[in-house]
Amino acid sequence: MGKVVVVTSGKGGVGKTTSTAALGAAVAKTGKKVALVDFDVGLRNLDLIMGAERRVVFDLVNVIQGSAKLSQALIRDKRVETLFLLPASQTRDKDALTEEGVGEVIERLRSVFDYVFCDSPAGIERGAQLAMRFADEAVIVTNPEVSSVRDSDRIIGLLDARTMKAEQGEQIAKHVLVTRYDAGRAARGEMLNIDDVLEILSTPLLGIIPESQDVLRASNLGSPVTLSEPLNSAARAYIDAAKRLEGEDLPVVVPFERKGFLDRLLGRRAA
Amino acid sequence: MNLLELFRRRGSAPVARERLQVLLAYERRSRSQPDLVSILREEIMAVIAKHVQIDQDYLKVSMDRGQTMSTLEIDIQIPNKSAAPLAMAG
Repeated sequence: MGKVVVVTSGKGGVGKTTSTAALGAAVAKTGKKVALVDFDVGLRNLDLIMGAERRVVFDLVNVIQGSAKLSQALIRDKRVETLFLLPASQTRDKDALTEEGVGEVIERLRSVFDYVFCDSPAGIERGAQLAMRFADEAVIVTNPEVSSVRDSDRIIGLLDARTMKAEQGEQIAKHVLVTRYDAGRAARGEMLNIDDVLEILSTPLLGIIPESQDVLRASNLGSPVTLSEPLNSAARAYIDAAKRLEGEDLPVVVPFERKGFLDRLLGRRAA
Repeated sequence: MNLLELFRRRGSAPVARERLQVLLAYERRSRSQPDLVSILREEIMAVIAKHVQIDQDYLKVSMDRGQTMSTLEIDIQIPNKSAAPLAMAG
């Protein structure tokens, strides 16, 4: 039986989709069978980040409504053969996802894959709640910024109340993934630091992803950063986070972008 | 003055942290009491309905949370019978 992991945040634009792609690809590269499911119905983007936007034929809603088989809708990644994507639909019908339908699809994926990553839409509405509904674990993507931390706290409350596991009296395993972290600014007191975020959210840390140009470049190219540039700092942070998700006990180091002397002197960001 | 401002700007993260801690303590507390106001509203409405028929809009329930004490304000307007006969109300 595979593990179902929801990648969520409450706030939009903090890196849920990027993180789903990067973590999923990192896990798949170790040989595990991984499915990435886009729950952002109406605003799908995981296909774009994965570079599979032109290969989408069927989607999650088609599978739920029975107009396509699950095997028809799953897109196999061209780089990692154990990595699959189940795209969201572009329909504007908000009620296209039913709890029963989602539950069935997740159960079938769980029986075939080692990991099922559910990429949640932003917000706390129906779509976000369905994305987390059947999860065993949650990755809460948080930026070191007040509104993101507040929304993460809200999402943590929902994870503890509205998931199947919570309703059955079990605990859903939660991990905070801090993204867009700038160690320099945090050290200068200009940005919430890791200890602040963890203390406020009182949830264990999965990893710290540094603010990095490489992440944007990877998105531009349609490749998870852990596949396209596995050696750069953001990719390594994601790979380590993926290992921790698989239960490996790795210490978290605060990453920082390597800067040249001149960059440091001029306070410039390394490109 | 300039120097002081520089210091203050440097220290914005501690301010963020403190604001969050205060806010989230409050939000978590109100989250743990699932919408007390709407439960009260519903029950008060049911009690009143046993005796007088009033429109939903005539009942206002609001809660003001303070540091040491909260106040519950209930405002019920009962229209005069001549103005709103029983059969017409609701």
